[in-house]
Amino acid sequence: MGIIEAKKLIFEYIRRDEEGNVEGITRAVDEVDLDIKQGDFVAVLGHNGSGKSTLAKHLNAILYPTEGTVWVDGKDTADEKYLWEIRQSAGMVFQNPDNQIIGQVVEEDVGFGPENMGVPTKEIWERVEESLKAVGMYQYRKHSPNKLSGGQKQRVSIAGVIAMHPKCIILDEPTAMLDPNGRKEVIRAVRALNHAEGITVILITHYMEEIIYADKAIVMDKGHIAMQGSPREIFSKVEKLKELRLDVPQVTLLAYELKKSGIALPDGILTNEELIKALQA
Amino acid sequence: MLRDITLGQYYQTDSVIHRLDPRVKLVATIVFIISLFLVDNFIGYLIAAVFLACMIKISKVPFRFMVKGMKSVVFLLLIAVVFNLFLTPGEPVISFWKITVTKEGLSMAFKMAVRLVFLIIGSSLMTLTTTPNNLTDGMEKLMAPLKRLHVPVHEVAMMMSIALRFIPILLEETDKIMKAQIARGADFESGNLIKKAKSMVPLLVPLFISAFRRANDLAMAMEARCYRGGEHRTKMKPLVYHKRDGMAYGILAVYAVMSVYFGRFFRI
Amino acid sequence: MAIILNHVSHIYEAGTAMEVAALKDVSLSIPDGQFIGLIGHTGSGKSTLVQHLNGLMKPTSGHIYYNGEDIHEEGFDKKKLRSKVGLVFQYPEHQLFEIDVFSDVCFGPKNMGLDEKEVQLRAYAALKQVGLEDDYFYQSPFDLSGGQKRRVAIAGVLAMKPEVLILDEPTAGLDPKGRDEILDQIAALRAETGITVILVSHSMDDVAKYVDRIVVMNQGSVMYDDEPRKVFRYYKELEAVGLAAPQVTYIMQALKEKGFPVQTDIITIEEARDEILKALGKTGRRNA
Repeated sequence: MGIIEAKKLIFEYIRRDEEGNVEGITRAVDEVDLDIKQGDFVAVLGHNGSGKSTLAKHLNAILYPTEGTVWVDGKDTADEKYLWEIRQSAGMVFQNPDNQIIGQVVEEDVGFGPENMGVPTKEIWERVEESLKAVGMYQYRKHSPNKLSGGQKQRVSIAGVIAMHPKCIILDEPTAMLDPNGRKEVIRAVRALNHAEGITVILITHYMEEIIYADKAIVMDKGHIAMQGSPREIFSKVEKLKELRLDVPQVTLLAYELKKSGIALPDGILTNEELIKALQA
Repeated sequence: MLRDITLGQYYQTDSVIHRLDPRVKLVATIVFIISLFLVDNFIGYLIAAVFLACMIKISKVPFRFMVKGMKSVVFLLLIAVVFNLFLTPGEPVISFWKITVTKEGLSMAFKMAVRLVFLIIGSSLMTLTTTPNNLTDGMEKLMAPLKRLHVPVHEVAMMMSIALRFIPILLEETDKIMKAQIARGADFESGNLIKKAKSMVPLLVPLFISAFRRANDLAMAMEARCYRGGEHRTKMKPLVYHKRDGMAYGILAVYAVMSVYFGRFFRI
Repeated sequence: MAIILNHVSHIYEAGTAMEVAALKDVSLSIPDGQFIGLIGHTGSGKSTLVQHLNGLMKPTSGHIYYNGEDIHEEGFDKKKLRSKVGLVFQYPEHQLFEIDVFSDVCFGPKNMGLDEKEVQLRAYAALKQVGLEDDYFYQSPFDLSGGQKRRVAIAGVLAMKPEVLILDEPTAGLDPKGRDEILDQIAALRAETGITVILVSHSMDDVAKYVDRIVVMNQGSVMYDDEPRKVFRYYKELEAVGLAAPQVTYIMQALKEKGFPVQTDIITIEEARDEILKALGKTGRRNA
């Protein structure tokens, strides 16, 4: 069994009008099956409203399935007795960097999770130091979070999650509010964690260039999984991606256009180097 | 603009006062304030002045920072003085037109002014030497016994520290929304009171919506990080009394006794 | 010449230890009808700059002229200036406040003191310009999707009928489709009305294919100011300051280095395709 598994996961919520009368039921997640292995880097893509964030919130028991089951590290998320274990083993980083930092000093924020878990004081300090070093924010430990850039704030948030020693991190559009530099910083930190610490990463995003390094990509649409496979497989289906309101990296798009014009190129070119090599051949 | 307002102003430097346990500083501030209201003669005020001056000196915080805190309450101070000066009945000293200044009035006004000034300087000394976080920690620990009376001490402390973190963010947001509405022709300055109040709607509605959204996000982020109230929690920076804190309590006790003895019961 | 900036500087907290020069001696002229991309990373001064253009911020030194008049001269009507130079802030949906979409869009023109009928006409036209369907007009703005809210907010500025429209990161936080829709809408609006548009962004990719001119800001100064193709020639310099040229620029540069006979001042995928086809000896379809 993988670190995260979902079977026929369905999530519905009831829409109400201003007087509170039921207007209808929206199915945000529709029969999703997942099987994510320890150490994997999985990207979840989809346009706004495709159900990807709702899915993410099921993975650390912020939301519970209406139907179906989600297991984190073999534990059913709907079972209340596992609640805190699940939240500890599947950490979550959210979109808005300002709205998830609780501490007024960087190091205190990173210590917040371990404090809640009842970790002894001495160990909290060790964990804070190691986590801040892992995301390259150790020299900012005494700073106020308000003085940091967006990318730095998100790295602090990631450190705050790592300090809880999770097996898996779910990042819910961590770069959507950042500028290109901040985006690169955060993705670099996430990749390093996945490589060096072997932490399972589930990255939810709509920036296609962020998924190139993933082991597996899942594309969501209208609550269900529309496509899945390696990034290369996903990117080879340019038409389908456009239909799903998603972008394709310019190089992939160019290769696709060239192929359409009769140049023999392999499918799913992801980097400039790949394209140039293929053209030289 | 708005973000220039400094809140919970902390003056960073290294002094014994800075290093004291926040509980000591909280207790000392309370004792000092009580002493100001118990004392009713000149010697008492002199003792308080000397005590305060020593503390300021030890704290290494420049005196002008204390005075800064005064500016916002100058108006209040003036009212207190004027009321006491003119409205206390007793033996007239000066009298012109319909206004009479009495001897009792003079002494009351003087006392009131001294009390208020000392009170403000004393409490700003506390906030200038203690980080807001430390302060909330201290309060939480000091009020811990109230938990038995079902007072949500931990929750109140948590709320205070979150508020402190979000005040600068919300101020910045206010600034931004204000500018955005001004760009759409809004006018926050001119007009009478009613018109002014009405012109605040385009500012306040977005601000409240944003504050609620932030609160919602934050609650979710806290839960995701295993927050479940004060139970089971350990502290990264637990408050531990040191030798200097004991000594500080000793000094405080000496001050309290001297102040009450000389300031209240001692008659020259 | 609609707007002229003459040696404009802005220093925050002047005279203190925290002194920061947000703008350093910026001189620009923005002629009527141009479509300008203002590019820079966070903290480059681009947001400070645009707030000077409608008089929200005052330069610490230098002058700003709107149609020949100094906007900080005594007696200059700032309120009128703000209706002429419309500024849409970042995440503009955060400023919505009325009970329904239509009333919110009326806020700007109402503040201009126009009569009821004119206000409503303008609001209606503005909502049409951003492509919002009539069904939404009397809904609460807070019930709309993110992309729709943003359109409403943009309409709120358009309803003042500005001569210059400034948009600060209008695509921040939107998904790719939402981003393209907004940008296409702005381009269409400009083509239709001939309005001057200044698009503030940190992404060259987003603006490259739309604008006539790119102004690159770095550390409070104008680094480059030219047509896109010419600016992207400096892709190495741009990268050094944390900006990047569109990915196609890099591809073409790399191809040229490898000996392909290609032009490198390429902006769009279509141009790149045709250029590569030409280099490979196959005639490209010249449709770009």
